[in-house]
Amino acid sequence: MRSKVLTIDLSRYKYEIEDRSDLFDEWIGGVGVGIQLLKEELDPKSDPLSEENVIVFATGPFTPAYPLASKTVALFKSPLTGNLGESHAGGRTATSIANAGYGAIVIKGASKKPVYIVVENDKVHFRDARVLWGIEDSLIVGRIIAEREKGRGIRTVMRIGGGGERYVRYACVTTETYRHFGRLGLGAVFGSKNLKALVVIGRGGSVPADKKSYREVYDKIYRIATESDAMKKYHLIGTAVNVLPLNELRSLPTKNLKSTKFEGAEEISGEAFAAQNLGRRIACNHCPTACIHIAVLREPYEHEKYFYKTIMISYDYELIYALGSMLGISSREGLLKLIHRVEYYALDAISTGVCLAWATEALERGIISEEDTLIRLQFGDHNAYLKAIDYLVKQPTEFYEILAQGVEKASQVYGGDDFALAFGGNEMPGYHTGYGAHIGHLIGLRHSHLDGAGYSIDQKVKDLSPKELVDKLLKEEKWRQILSSLVVCFFARGVYTPQIVVEAFKPLGVEITEDELLKLGEKIYAEKLRLKRKMGFNIKSLRIPKRILETETLHGKLSKEYIDEALRYYGVIVKKLS
Amino acid sequence: MVKVAKRLVIKDVEKCVGCGICMYACARKNAKKPEIGMDSSGILAVSLSGFERGATVIFCRACTEPPCIQVCPTNALKPKKGGGVLLREDECIACENCVDACTIGAIFRRRNGKPAVCIHCGYCAKYCPHGVLGFEEVKV
Repeated sequence: MRSKVLTIDLSRYKYEIEDRSDLFDEWIGGVGVGIQLLKEELDPKSDPLSEENVIVFATGPFTPAYPLASKTVALFKSPLTGNLGESHAGGRTATSIANAGYGAIVIKGASKKPVYIVVENDKVHFRDARVLWGIEDSLIVGRIIAEREKGRGIRTVMRIGGGGERYVRYACVTTETYRHFGRLGLGAVFGSKNLKALVVIGRGGSVPADKKSYREVYDKIYRIATESDAMKKYHLIGTAVNVLPLNELRSLPTKNLKSTKFEGAEEISGEAFAAQNLGRRIACNHCPTACIHIAVLREPYEHEKYFYKTIMISYDYELIYALGSMLGISSREGLLKLIHRVEYYALDAISTGVCLAWATEALERGIISEEDTLIRLQFGDHNAYLKAIDYLVKQPTEFYEILAQGVEKASQVYGGDDFALAFGGNEMPGYHTGYGAHIGHLIGLRHSHLDGAGYSIDQKVKDLSPKELVDKLLKEEKWRQILSSLVVCFFARGVYTPQIVVEAFKPLGVEITEDELLKLGEKIYAEKLRLKRKMGFNIKSLRIPKRILETETLHGKLSKEYIDEALRYYGVIVKKLS
Repeated sequence: MVKVAKRLVIKDVEKCVGCGICMYACARKNAKKPEIGMDSSGILAVSLSGFERGATVIFCRACTEPPCIQVCPTNALKPKKGGGVLLREDECIACENCVDACTIGAIFRRRNGKPAVCIHCGYCAKYCPHGVLGFEEVKV
């Protein structure tokens, strides 16, 4: 098992490599090991944008042994929520780190001047990035670094754009052009460390403990991934296939969740994108599914006839929700331009969309004015939103400085928290399906739909009591600690069942039972919760935005009593675990 | 008499999604010593200056006068029957001349400095999920 940890100290331009089989043996890898490293390295009370913040990138034992294990977990203190930050990304990051020989990379300190780091197997180079600082377009940053550095095909280029440099608290880190450590502001942490990019070049290999069964198990997983229906959704239309059914179920958040039925849903559906715009598919490294759907946007020059620029833009459900229905955008072209602008600055699309949706409603209600926004924000007007995204990065007024800190912060300053759609400080993902979704956003340890997948419970089960629902959410979240310790893509959760995970471990020389796995999932969950508590997480301070109670869901209107009861029950569990 | 040999071929390079499944297959090809990873892989999946322009794969095209063989000082690289080259690893001094000599960059430097090169066994083609690679008879 791969157990080396590379620690890079940006304050001293030093690095060291340590074997931490103690951690990898006990906590698998990924989030399991990452939490332990963060506990060792990070003062939980530190300021997320100070040099004291620490970033852990952790991979797991299934990378690169098996397909679909193409994800890296990033852990850090989030400048958006002031609490634990966790974000996963695909691309080539995980395989490059693993092939370079590392289980995890830890980055601490802060550079005095802008730098980027190149990890080349067992060497680390600190490169001057003063000339790159100020380049706002994350695509250009990636291209320049790719041309300067070696390692074509076996490297990852994780970089920030203008968003991270300007400390937008929901700036992301982009890798391989289209994949992101999207949520909770890792980009701003890079920015605060004067770190423009982290390049990892890895070429390496290892010998399986059992050579014969390794190839057999590999083939079995590969067959399930390519021949069964386990990956079908992602293999065909992609996550954007969710738009129409969610709209049909009255669950598609629309115009700052004033509604869940969007008149423009057909226009921005996965089906419409596939038929009209889909230009290419690409894959994360070591994944046959190629779920990355890329649209072609052909745009004429403003003042010259017969000149066109052709831009390739990656789309997914969450982007279509956040920058589409949530902002009332029904023009696919307009929506693609918004997605591209967010990609350009390397911002989190969900948070950006939710912040702008709130600002639009706040302007409608007169709690802010056009003096604050500099432009008339109106649902459906993509040109205004394009400008507003520029302003979130350039921050020409105090209003944009504040909105760049998230919708929670903005509503604390200006009011309008009833319709400020954040949970635990993190902007809401695209599901207004019912109690499962929102209670999941509240209690999930990263306040994400991916913690307990409540949106899925809502669509499958009816009439659960608050207690039953919380139990279900926690059960899923605990199992997902295993998936994100391995680290496999959540889209492959149908492939990596507990039974397959146990089987896949064997050729790697690890004997573990399904029961032991489930118990370990619970343990990792508890460790994460305890760290979150040390960072100040308090269930009593969770805010329930009133808007979610006003707008009908798939299960009708939600009652506050139900949510309160669920939170009370969860509070007891938290107490027990801490 | 026309001779034929089976070779790894590109069927449609435009279909490449850059997944690199072929690289990992190549490393597993030897049933007696499969490798996890891609150190010994003789094929490489790359993006075309960023994934916005798509992806492609690079591997030995079994040229008739391989420059890699010509620059090998120890004769560690030998022509392979049916095309391509064979590496006798114990003879290789890891000078990397072959890596530099290949016009299309299809010889890769392993961690130990010795080269990794495609042997046209066709194992990777079985795993190519999108019909980019094939294993077919060609005239030699």
